[in-house]
Amino acid sequence: MIELDSIERVFQVGDEEVHALKHVTLTIDKGEYLSIMGPSGSGKSTLLNILGLLDRPTSGTYRLDGIDTTSMGDNEQADTRRHRIGFVFQSYHLVPRLTAAENVALPLMLSGMAPKERHVIVEQALDNVDLLDRAEHRPDQLSGGQRQRVAIARATIMQPTILLADEPTGNLDHISGESVIEVLEALNKQGIILIVVTHDMDIGERAARRIRMVDGSISKDVR
Amino acid sequence: MQATDFIRLTLGSVFSQHLRSFLTALGIAVGVAAVVLLTSIGEGVHRFVLAEFSQFGTNILAVTPGKNTTFGMSGAVINTVRPLTMEDAEALKRVADVEAVVSVVQGNAEVEFGKRSRRTMIIGAGHAVPAVWQMDVEIGRFLPDDDPRNARAFAVLGSKMADELFGSRSPLGEIVRIAGERFRVIGVMESKGTMLGFDLDDTLFIPAGRALEMFNREGVMEIDLLYRSTANVDQLEEQISRLMQARHGYEDFTIITQEEMLETLGSILDILTLAVGALGGISLLVGGVGILTIMSIAVNERTHEIGLLRALGTRRRQVLGLFLGEAVLLSATGGFAGLVIGAGGAALLGLAIPALPVHTPWYFVLLAELMAVAIGVIAGVAPARRAASLDPVEALRAE
Ligand SMILES: Nc1ncnc2c1ncn2[C@@H]1O[C@H](COP(=O)(O)OP(=O)(O)OP(=O)(O)O)[C@@H](O)[C@H]1O
Ligand SMILES: [Mg+2]
Repeated sequence: MIELDSIERVFQVGDEEVHALKHVTLTIDKGEYLSIMGPSGSGKSTLLNILGLLDRPTSGTYRLDGIDTTSMGDNEQADTRRHRIGFVFQSYHLVPRLTAAENVALPLMLSGMAPKERHVIVEQALDNVDLLDRAEHRPDQLSGGQRQRVAIARATIMQPTILLADEPTGNLDHISGESVIEVLEALNKQGIILIVVTHDMDIGERAARRIRMVDGSISKDVR
Repeated sequence: MQATDFIRLTLGSVFSQHLRSFLTALGIAVGVAAVVLLTSIGEGVHRFVLAEFSQFGTNILAVTPGKNTTFGMSGAVINTVRPLTMEDAEALKRVADVEAVVSVVQGNAEVEFGKRSRRTMIIGAGHAVPAVWQMDVEIGRFLPDDDPRNARAFAVLGSKMADELFGSRSPLGEIVRIAGERFRVIGVMESKGTMLGFDLDDTLFIPAGRALEMFNREGVMEIDLLYRSTANVDQLEEQISRLMQARHGYEDFTIITQEEMLETLGSILDILTLAVGALGGISLLVGGVGILTIMSIAVNERTHEIGLLRALGTRRRQVLGLFLGEAVLLSATGGFAGLVIGAGGAALLGLAIPALPVHTPWYFVLLAELMAVAIGVIAGVAPARRAASLDPVEALRAE
């Protein structure tokens, strides 16, 4: 469960203060499917980064399963990200010199799992996104949709409870976007919290809960 | 993260940029090769010089007249120095652990046989020369153990002297004139070659007492003594010093052991080796700058990757370790290649120019490799720290 209470995020740009988030209060239950929409610069990515513990709010509290995350140290936040949070980015962020399987295995590698143990898990994850036959391909040998599915397999390999996707279909055509969204939704059906930031109305409308952000605040929250 | 994965990841990123990794490692390789090659030559010269000096044995101790604090100069610094005498030598012979004693007087004189003559170095010495200086006669015998004050007029020729004066004839039993005096040749030394450019075979040995008269000297130039290899050198030195002081009244002599001389010589040569090594070290430093540059570029290029790693829950220290690992991998492989090139080059040089002594001691090799690794760490630490300190959001957003 995610509890945001009066989250503010202020960026200092020169002498000016940019209020990217203004008193955002939001509660998200286990297994929810949320879409966040809104005009450019409304604070969607900033909110997602804070939810993902990549960024710290200027004020307010963020509790994850009852635990206050703002008082966590750097390492504790990193460990929480590793085990509980998955990220999917618009530009995939695959490591270009690693194969699809190695990219997927990266989080397991970093957490110290032996190659033998990893093998089965990675195969399963690639199978889930329908890319088992592309395991040994490097990212530049894959299409955009395939790359994004590799990125999803990587984001979920540690079995996180939260999956954060910032415009996951932003670089994809309609059909590949569709298949990526379907993979994400399938994961949500298995119980993961899915939060998708998108500019695409059709995709946004698919979510059970739809949030609209304007100018750093939540203007609409429809279930 | 497991060690094998760590190695695979760092190897992977280093290999993905093979050309520039190769060039960076080459910078270190050249530096290490220079260090290894130069120190190999330095160490070769070191060993060569020490071997030259220790061919006369290492259990030697020399007493010379005059008291000096620095060795190298000899002779009368103090006016009241009493000469070292043959009697001093006789007395030293009786000291425990002393096996043999040679009094040495040196000078130049004309040596004649028939119509041939040659000016050469005359060494006045005693019967113990073969034992003390570890040189022996080729034919005949060395000077006999005569009463030093009344030694018979015998001479022993260096091998070159024998050749020059007698050609293929046997000189044994012949009479030569040395500075006008008649000496009977009783032996010819085996060839010793040259030492640091000085021809050891172009010499002639006569009894020390006769050399004193011939060169009109009051005392001998040096008393060399051979001690048992089991002897305690410090105690022996102390004993000799006391004996000599008792005979001379005060310390107007200097005792140098061969060991001390070799040590002093050794430390001078060590400085030489170190100096040439440092010269090579400069190019190693340049190689280090190369690593610093290339790693800074790598961190800039891979900002997204760093952001991703952080998003995946990689701790800052792990990021630091990964980039440091790459820097060390570059320097360590470069260093290893440099070792092979340097040691191989030294060996080739040794083969090509036999006159140039080269020697590559393993601890220099180890030291050079450790130095390369250390340079990798030093050069890599700043870029790696920058990578670790990047803000993950900024890193992911970077253009
Ligand atoms: N690092 C930063 N420094 C200064 N201002 C920032 C920074 N990051 C975001 N902002 C500002 O915060 C506001 C919200 O940015 P954010 O990236 O969250 O918008 P967004 O809703 O994701 O927009 P888009 O739909 O274009 O991705 C913007 O006004 C942006 O300029
Ligand atoms: Mg955004």
